[in-house]
Amino acid sequence: MDNISVYRSLYQIRLFEETVLDNFARGVFSGTTHTYIGQEANAVGVLCQLEESDIVFSNHRCHGHFLAYGGDMRALFAELMGKATGLCAGRGGSQHLHWKNFYSNGVQGGIVPVATGMAFAEKLLNNSNVVITFLGDGTLGEGIIYEAFNMASLWHVPILYVVENNHIAQTTPVEMTLAGNIRGRFNAFGITATELDTSDVLEIMPVAKSITADIRSQQKPQALILNTCRFSPHSKGDDTRSAEFLAEIKSTRDPIMIHGKRLPEEARHKMEQEVTQEVEAAYHKAVNDPFPSLEAFEE
Amino acid sequence: MTDTVLSSLNSALHQALSANDKVYLLGEDILDPYGGAFKVTRGCSTAFPNRVIASPISEAGMVGIATGMALRGLRPVVEIMFGDFVTLAADQIINHLSKFRWMYNDQVCVPVIIRTPMGGRRGYGPTHSQTLEKFFLGTPGLRIMAPTSFGDPGGLIFDAIINTEDPVLFIENKLLYPLPLKNMLGDPDFDIISTMDEAPSYYVSIHGAPSASITLATYGYMAELAQKAMYRLAYEYEVFAELIVLTQLAPFNLSSVLESASHTGRLIVMEEGNLTMGWGAEVIARIAEASGSKSIQARRLAAKDYSVPASSLLETALFPGEQDIIRAGLQLTGKQKE
Repeated sequence: MDNISVYRSLYQIRLFEETVLDNFARGVFSGTTHTYIGQEANAVGVLCQLEESDIVFSNHRCHGHFLAYGGDMRALFAELMGKATGLCAGRGGSQHLHWKNFYSNGVQGGIVPVATGMAFAEKLLNNSNVVITFLGDGTLGEGIIYEAFNMASLWHVPILYVVENNHIAQTTPVEMTLAGNIRGRFNAFGITATELDTSDVLEIMPVAKSITADIRSQQKPQALILNTCRFSPHSKGDDTRSAEFLAEIKSTRDPIMIHGKRLPEEARHKMEQEVTQEVEAAYHKAVNDPFPSLEAFEE
Repeated sequence: MTDTVLSSLNSALHQALSANDKVYLLGEDILDPYGGAFKVTRGCSTAFPNRVIASPISEAGMVGIATGMALRGLRPVVEIMFGDFVTLAADQIINHLSKFRWMYNDQVCVPVIIRTPMGGRRGYGPTHSQTLEKFFLGTPGLRIMAPTSFGDPGGLIFDAIINTEDPVLFIENKLLYPLPLKNMLGDPDFDIISTMDEAPSYYVSIHGAPSASITLATYGYMAELAQKAMYRLAYEYEVFAELIVLTQLAPFNLSSVLESASHTGRLIVMEEGNLTMGWGAEVIARIAEASGSKSIQARRLAAKDYSVPASSLLETALFPGEQDIIRAGLQLTGKQKE
């Protein structure tokens, strides 16, 4: 993937999420949302090197993963609006997506054994597919993930556990919820864990690529711990961090800014305008899409 | 050798593994020579070593793994060693397994069978004797089935494993395992009619009896006690009952119970789970709603609202027994004062 395509992917996620937050108060979207602003380099860096038949299982903060996977913006907007044209016809909403080999669910730890079972099935079926599943630092508090790590290691399951450590679970800092360290949790099960502390997509890409290739060839699980920064609130307007802290991370850890500097200004602007038009077009289509009929209940 | 419920279920697992190479068994201690705590999987790991998987003691993880396997086209069958432990997998069952098909707009199916022995009367005490399916009844997307010694319990699970597109919680009452399968055609004392569908109900009546004045409805091992009680009600008290034995608990399909209770005007529902908020409460509510202007007197029999005690005297008193059914039948028909 060339630099400009990578930037396009980062920028698309940023703009999509900003559109969601900007319009939430207007009542266009229903329910809730968890945006990915600040963490874009993780999704793009990890997912841009997947094979088409690989599988992704994401969590509540799934929009960025879905778009980096190649998902359609209008179908995602529509799902967030509860429209019939949404990915799941409005049944799932923001946290419950499925398209091709992309899945997400809104209960944190419980996703992990399901993703592990998918990878186990791919192995049993002699497919060479890899499963990538995303966890947050908050999810490390739910015990079922350790059952899954144990079985994944025991049964040589081809899965990559990506821990996006944004250092805050909703409003609680990771220091208050995590004893020991993250890498040691994987090592205890004999799972190799690689750790990065960066918001530069170009640092994540080669590492993710090499780990995924190893998982595919060795048929063993691995973990990738990505220390990252979430700029947006957990959901909407529920950020308890100080303005100074947010300004600091936004000025030093912005994946768009970091990667954008590598592009010629003119080409970058042109591409940003294109993406802006695409996001607006997708949004307006979704706004005008119909709501689902009540036929779903007639059985 | 007479077929028992255990041998019928065991044969069915062998047949399912043989019929479809997408079928996998997962469970704790299910490998030979042990063959599972209740021996339902005996011989399976010897015959199909690559498709019978010994799990760590990770009930939730195991159900999650099976869910993922099913999403990718396999047909896993999970054994939870004691039904009491199914609560460990509650999040997996309620928030993952049963949800995926609907919430992904029917774009996936999740054919997972969770088999588990439930029930008491063996002195195992509070955490190894419960009947917990009531906590899962009414979970959208989850089918709950319970074999009995009527009909073909093995056929019931074979059909579920091979043909289901949705998750099934399959409740096996422990006391059923050693019982011989019922003689469905030539029983000298009982007439037994099956509804013959994929989750049949059985209508049981006393051979040659006048029309019934009371309907008994139940499932699992309670059907054995109900059958004994209806025999004594007929021959000792001249109270004639019709027994409806269900093999599917959820989604609720009570047409057989409604049909019988509409004729008799009296209904006793029986279960081994605790009384409050149980299966029987929902059955009576639905029958009341569906019965129109016709009045049906109803009674529930269930375990008292205590944990299951280990001591046999206490345990026997906790669960509804044959004598309780007889008493309820006599009271409901006015032969005995309340």
